[in-house]
This record gives sequence, C-alpha cells and structure tokens, in this order.
Amino acid sequence: MTALPAEITGWFDARGWAIHPHQRAMLEASDRPCQLLIAPTGGGKTMAGFLPTLAELADGDHAGLHTLYISPLKALAADIRRNLTGPITEMGLPIRVEDRTGDTPSSRKKRQRADPPHILLTTPESLALLTSYEDAGRTFAGLKRVIVDEIHALAESKRGDQLMLALSRLSALAPGLRRVGLSATVEDPEAIARLLARHPDPCEILQADPGPDPDISMLVTDEPPPWSGGGGKYAIPAVLEAVKQHRTTLIFHNTRAQAELFFHNLWLANEDQLPIGIHHGALAREQRERVEQAMTDGRLRAIVCTGTLDLGIDWGDVDLVIQVGAPKNVKRLVQRIGRANHRYNAPSKALIVPANRFEVIECVAALAAVREHDLDGDPRGPGPLDVLCQHILIRAAAGPFRADDLHAEVITTGAYADLPRATFDRCLDFVATGGYALRAYDQWQRLMQRPDGQWQLRDPRAAARIRMNIGTIVDADKMAVRLHKSRGGKPLGEVEEYFASMLRKGDTFLIGGEIVRYEGMREMVVEVTRTPWQKPKIATFMGTKFATSTQLSDRILTMFRRDDWPELPGHTRDWLKLQRAVSRLPERDRLLVESFPHDGREHLVAYGFAGKNAQQTLGLLLTQRMEAQGLNPMGFVATDYATLIWGLDAVGDAVPLFSRENLIRTMETWLADNAVMKRTFKGSAVIAGLIDRAMPGGRRKTGRQTAFSTDILYDTLRKYDPDHVMLEITRAEAMRGLVDFGRIETMLERIGDRIDHVRLTRVTPLAAPLFLEPGRVPVDGLANQRLMEEEAERLMRTAGLESA
Amino acid sequence: MNAHSFDFRGETFQALPSGALFWPSERLLAVSDLHLGKAERAARRGGPMLPPYEGIDTLLRLSADISATAPRTVVCLGDSFDDAAAAHALDEVTTGHLTPLMAGRSWIWIEGNHDPGPLGLGGTHLAALRTGPLTFRHIAGPDATGEVSGHYHPKARLSGRGRGITRPCFLVDGVRIVMPAYGTYTGGLQCDGPELSALMERGARAILLGTPPVEIPMPRRPTRGRRREGPAGGSD
Repeated sequence: MTALPAEITGWFDARGWAIHPHQRAMLEASDRPCQLLIAPTGGGKTMAGFLPTLAELADGDHAGLHTLYISPLKALAADIRRNLTGPITEMGLPIRVEDRTGDTPSSRKKRQRADPPHILLTTPESLALLTSYEDAGRTFAGLKRVIVDEIHALAESKRGDQLMLALSRLSALAPGLRRVGLSATVEDPEAIARLLARHPDPCEILQADPGPDPDISMLVTDEPPPWSGGGGKYAIPAVLEAVKQHRTTLIFHNTRAQAELFFHNLWLANEDQLPIGIHHGALAREQRERVEQAMTDGRLRAIVCTGTLDLGIDWGDVDLVIQVGAPKNVKRLVQRIGRANHRYNAPSKALIVPANRFEVIECVAALAAVREHDLDGDPRGPGPLDVLCQHILIRAAAGPFRADDLHAEVITTGAYADLPRATFDRCLDFVATGGYALRAYDQWQRLMQRPDGQWQLRDPRAAARIRMNIGTIVDADKMAVRLHKSRGGKPLGEVEEYFASMLRKGDTFLIGGEIVRYEGMREMVVEVTRTPWQKPKIATFMGTKFATSTQLSDRILTMFRRDDWPELPGHTRDWLKLQRAVSRLPERDRLLVESFPHDGREHLVAYGFAGKNAQQTLGLLLTQRMEAQGLNPMGFVATDYATLIWGLDAVGDAVPLFSRENLIRTMETWLADNAVMKRTFKGSAVIAGLIDRAMPGGRRKTGRQTAFSTDILYDTLRKYDPDHVMLEITRAEAMRGLVDFGRIETMLERIGDRIDHVRLTRVTPLAAPLFLEPGRVPVDGLANQRLMEEEAERLMRTAGLESA
Repeated sequence: MNAHSFDFRGETFQALPSGALFWPSERLLAVSDLHLGKAERAARRGGPMLPPYEGIDTLLRLSADISATAPRTVVCLGDSFDDAAAAHALDEVTTGHLTPLMAGRSWIWIEGNHDPGPLGLGGTHLAALRTGPLTFRHIAGPDATGEVSGHYHPKARLSGRGRGITRPCFLVDGVRIVMPAYGTYTGGLQCDGPELSALMERGARAILLGTPPVEIPMPRRPTRGRRREGPAGGSD
C-alpha cells in the first residue's frame, strides 16, 4: 500500500473531507498490475484513480512521465487538468500536469515528447499518435501508471481496441506499467477487466458503494401517447411542468433529429421563456461550447441533448434527467440517470417518456430492469482486424520491428489474446504489400523486410501519411451549414452529405433549434437563411440509432405471458388484451406470424423481437424469398419488434420462409451486393489504411475532379480478388453491425420450428401501429434506369427539347 | 446494343453505356482517360495501395466495346496511362489484354497531361487527330469547331422522386463533345461547376451513362460548388 503523505492528508483534513472507502482501497491496491474501479457518477472516481499517483510523486524524486490518463473526450481531459491542478497547487506538491489533445498547439506537443510532464492527460487517438514517433521509447521511459477513464464507453467501440493495442506497446516500452480502469456501472465488469489487463495478468475489480437506488418513474400524461412515432411531442406540457419544478433538467433523446424537433416544439410551448438549450454532436463546436458554458454557469434550466452528454463531464447542478423515447438499453438508461445529482449518496431522479404506445410497454419493462439491477449488453467479439492493421502501421512508423515481437505484444491485449498467428501474418502482409493475389512488382511494398528480418517502411516519408490517418472514428461525409453571405461567418452545424444532396432550393430544415432555408451549395458548404416563420421539413440527418437490447426484448416477451398487467396504463392494457382476444400475443420461444388482407393488399407480420437492424435485415431476406416464390412482395417496414411486409399474394405456409438454411443461403447472396456492405467497407478500408481519410479542408480546390468512390474498390476486389482480407473484414464487421445477422440467428435458435401462423381477416391491434411507421422500404420498386428515363423526359420537355 | 444516338456537326454518333463514343460511318471508337496503372503509380509514390485490378477491368470493358462495334480505328483520347512510368510498368496480365485489342486495327494514342510523349507500346502517337469535320484532342481548346476531348471527367446529377443519381456523362453542344472518363479508377467533376459551365455553350446537353445512356439539358448552377463522392485515390 502507498502511504499518504502529510501534504495530502492535511489537505483533506483542512476541508473536513474524509477519503471514501473505495479511494482508500485503490491506494491499498496501487501496486497491483491491473485494477478496475466501478463507481457511480459523482463518487470521487477520478480522485480515486489519481491519489496513488499523487502519493508516489509527492517526494519529487520522479523524473519524467509517471502517469498517463486517457479519456474518451478532449473536453474531459481539459476538465480533469483544471480539477487536478487546483488540489496539487493547494497541497504544494511538485507535480507537473498537462493535457495533450488534437487542440494542443504543436510547439507544446513537440516539447511534451522530449520533456514530458509527470501526469499527461490525453485521448486514445493522441496516444496512438505519440506511440508512432521514433522517440516513443524515450517519452514513455519510466512510465508507472496508466489510468483509463470512462472505460465502459471506450470498451464499446474500436477506440477501445486501439487504446488497448497502444497499451500493449507501452507495456513493452515501460515494463511493470500498472493499469487502472475507471468505469460507470456495467453489466459485466469481468469483460471490461479482461479488456484492460495485460493478458494474462489478473485484474482486480473494486466495486464502490453504488449509492441509493435512483428515483425513477414513467411520466404520466393526460393524453395517451400516439400509436407510432418517436418524437414525444404529446408530452411537452408535462415536460415543461417538470422543468419548472427542478433546477436543471437534462432531456435525453435517442437521435439528433428527434432532439431538434422536440427542442423546436418545446420552444413553441415555452410561454414562460425558460432558458433552454440544445446540445448534440452535429452542432458546430462554437455553438456547443456556448451551451456548455451556459450550463456550467447555471444559466440554463434545461438542455435537450443526445448521447454526446452521456459522459461524465460535470456540467453543474442537474437534478432531473428526462429520457424521451424508450431507452432501448437498460445500461445506457442507468448511466444517463446517473447524470442527475452529481453528489454521492443522493438518489438520482429521472423520468422516462414513452414516445408511442408500444414504448409504454418497453419503458415499464426497462423500469423493472433498473429496479432489479438487471443490466444488459452484448458480448463483444474478438478484436477487429482493421484496427490491428492500423496498429501495425503505427508500429512501423515508429521504426523497424520484428514480426515475432509485435505478435507477442499484440496477444497481450485482451481482445486479441486468441488471435491466430496466421491471421496476424495476413494482416501484416496486407499492411506490407496490399495482400493482393496478383503480385507483380517490387515497388508494391509499403513495408519491406531487411536482411536481418526486421520490417521497416520502404519510404520513410510514409510515416507522415500514417500519422495523418490515425484513428478509428470514420464519420459519414459531412457538410458544414452556414448562413448565406456570411463567408467565414458563424457555422450553424453540419449535415450529412447524403441529406444535403437531397435538398432543393427553398427546402427548410431544423438545425440547432433554428428553422433554416436551403439556398444553395458553395465549396462544400450548405448555405442557408433563417426562416423562423416556415414549417420545417424534418431533419433526417443521422444520429446513432440503437436497437432494443436482447435482454429488454426478452423482458417484454416475458411480460406478455402474464394474464394481466396492472402496472400498465389502462389504454395500453386494453390494447394488449384486445390483441390476445383477436389473435395472440408473441411469446419468447415461439414466432408469431400474422397474415391478413388490408386495403387491397396482402400483409404479413413477423414478431421476431430481434431489434430494428435485424428486423430490417429479416425484411430484406423474406421479401427476396417471397419474390422467388412469385408472391410479389411490394415493400416492408421494420421496428424493434416486428417486420410488416405487403404484397399482392398471400403466404400460404409461413414455416418454410423461416427455415434457417434458406435464410442463411439468401443472406450469402444478398449480402455481397448490398449498400450496407459498401458502407462498411469504406469504414474498414479507412481504418486499415487501404485508403486515406478525407482530410478536412483538403483537396477542395475547384477545377479538379473528385476522388472516385470507394464502392468501385469494393466491386473491383469482389470481382478480381474475392478472398482478399479486406472483404473478410468487411463481412465480419457488417454481420455484427448494421446487418445484425447474429440476432436473427439467435431468434431462429430460440423459436426452432415453433412458428404460429395466424390467418386473419383484418389488421390486428398489435400490427396496426406498424402501418404508421416511417421508413418503408420499397422492394425493387423502381430501377434507377427507369427513374432516370422518366426524369430525363420531364427535363427535356420542360426545356423545350425533344428526346433524341 | 444499348447505345444512345445523337447528331453532331452533321454526323451521327453513339454514346455507349460504358462511356465510349462510336462513330459508325467512320467505324471509329473513341475512349478517354483510361488511367491505366493508376494503382501502381499510387503505390510507387507511397500513396494508398489500391487493388491493382483496374487495368484489367478497364481493358475488359474496352474489349467488349470493340467486339460489339468492330471499329477500324480506336482513339484513346489521352491520359491513357496514369503516368509514363505506369505505362512502362504495366504488368503482364494487363499488357496481355492490351496487345490483342490493338492487333488488326489502327490504334491512336492522343497525348494527355498525364502521358505526354511516346510510350513504346505500338500504335500511333499524336498530339491531336484531325479526321473529317472533327478534331480529337485531350483538353478542349478555346475556339473549337467540331472537337472531341476528354480530360475533365464530367459527371452530372439528377434527382427523381427523392432519389439522387450521379453518373459520368458526355457533354455535347454545337461545337464540342467532352467525353466521360473510361478508366475504372476515375472520379468526376460535376458539370454544374464553374469550369464546365464556362466551357459549354448555352443549350448544351449531358448524356448520362446508363443502359442505355440518357440525355438531359446540361445541369448548370453557377453558384454551386462540386461534390465529393468519397475519399479513394487521388485523381486528375
């Protein structure tokens, strides 16, 4: 155990503060190789992580870097620097603390490499960049501790994989390096511990007192929620009332578009002019910072936000969290609730607002899960190979290396512990030569092997290029939105290029709570004017869309088995009872399929409860099979719990449609040519270093052609090199991402051959909301060629030209 | 064949779905901006290591067009190679496809900004080709009267029923034709940008590649910038 020096204990005593039990426990365990602390927000988690460092550095004997702190957010790193520098100064400790992020000036960055501070606060990307320099060995020599904050958030993405690979490098550069992880409440602490520890080191898990249970309930409104939709507009009067009764309220939404719409409607109803702001990832940085500052100053009564406020920056005195729309995932709900009341041992207060009738059921199920501390989450598969490829490139940028050594380092990373050597070698070959079946030239080498067997960059200038491409976040192409005639003026935010390409002059949309009118496009900037008096066309730019978790879906299905549901509001209870009387309710280990005629078409509903992505994939597969059977499907729509298909002919026997073999075979052929695959390929190709990341502001000179689409690369590889490792990576990524075939397989296993096909004469109560659902997908409705010819004819006619 | 026929300077031409131009009365087939060896050049210069199959793919399409039209003359309108070194470094598979295509017909390499100077691959090497009422050159000149050129890689966008479609295109007005890029790894320049809007006369048309290609009035929007498709290799 590390004894606390007098400066530190004196500081605590002077303030009348006691050291929390888990902070003490972290001190006692500070010489262990790996330590994971699970503590609720506001539990003094960060101090628990840093206390051993302060104690070890108190005597001023350590030269160079001692502790590296990594957070998922730049802002968090800066925040911690301020929160740490204060106490260190007051304690009079001889400790230098600095942060290093993308925003740090390059002169300071350079100095930090040669003369690092005792404590360096940074992000996974900045750390990866640091390890790519030739002098990384010097920078990190003597490093003793690394603290990974908000590790639960990093563990869910490739940023976490990249970080852990970087740590494997640090452990090689600084043997004996101790690792500490700080996490919010999670369902499977062991899984996080395995990711964090240097394999096969043990990792001890410390659970801080979780504090009192949250005070959480469903918002009850006079008006029942609508049958479909996700906006929660009906609840605005009740939400405003709740805001009035609290100091500061965070109002979470699942997507940016919903947040924008809700904010807009909230302001229309905000007769008392309560100061309310909006915060999400698509807003311009300046605008976000303004809202953050207003929050810190306590000038806002409520903030409408998305997941960007999920992480632990302390924005001030939040005493209520409202979640609009079903939370989809219990763990995320619990973490969001934790944002209310950042004081230890005070219960957090939260309200959930179901956006539609079905979400009432989902919310009730989620509340039960929260009360029972039953968190959810899907186990992550092995470490992704595109991130490994980038790691190999980063290692090569730092200097020559032996394949054996790098492989030995990589398999000390939890997620890559089982990586077969052959797979590692394939990735190395891909990085070194492109890994193509056709190998004709010597110059086709990014890395070459020296006579002594070490690998090095063929052209040392490639290192700069590798550094520019570091990172695992690949955004959809975005375009900035600015006010017309304000060149260089205030940006309002950004929209996805796809969304921008659909805009016509005069279209209106919401951004940052303002209604703006599209005026035109100029040098990759969307120019708009303010039009507060017009009705907005809905902003369809993307936010992250989450599917309802497996555990939450199971809970709903378990609820359906009961005879009655006294915890549900009357309208929802009656709805379920009517469904049971007319048809039946879906069950956990059976699949309910309903079919009925409606509006001159045949309809089929499959209640798979597999989550939105999987239900969407199921829709694509089923309609393709129905097409092959001559049933003339015309389209489908999917939600988290069901897929509705319409077409000309009725399905006689639904059982063969769902045969596992059939679905998998259809999947194989369908997948290869799908837009989802192309999108996934682009992301993985950037991460793996097959293509360069688009540089912000780069290559925008007019008069030059654009780079060709990555779809062409995908098609070319498929045609001429179908076994290429990039295609393998793409497939694996798509299967666990957007396609979510895993959940279809789980569903098929769960239901076996227990398929209940109910033939009805009309729409059932449970199916009815599906007819109002947006996002209907036409089945090969119109080929592009036909569309193009129709449009061409119209244009030619308008222009007074005849078609040749 | 799914070609789109149109008249220009008193002659009839066919725009092929692949982006080639066929002149039936002369049995002349023109293609522009093949950019062979693009992947090789990028790799050689320390850029991304793109799949080295674009040469084969481009030549397989050209081979199909040659079989379908049986031309007496093939004109490659410049930027046939991504650079001179790429022409020399062509792999055996690609050369193996190219040589039989050249056999038994007149083959003309027009020089482009990427591939000035002779290439040592057979065929005739010219700065420009004059035949009948037409001049074939790589970059459009200022005072054209019956000119066929490439270089710009024009593309155009139209949207119907909420779906936007962008395609490479031919641009045609009273005095010139600007051809789309034929090479597999080629990006494009929106024809509503300032360069092409300034180059083409009023009343110009765009013929979008498709099966068959589709003709529309050339989209112009002088205030509007170009649009990216995605970060793949560099281009020009």
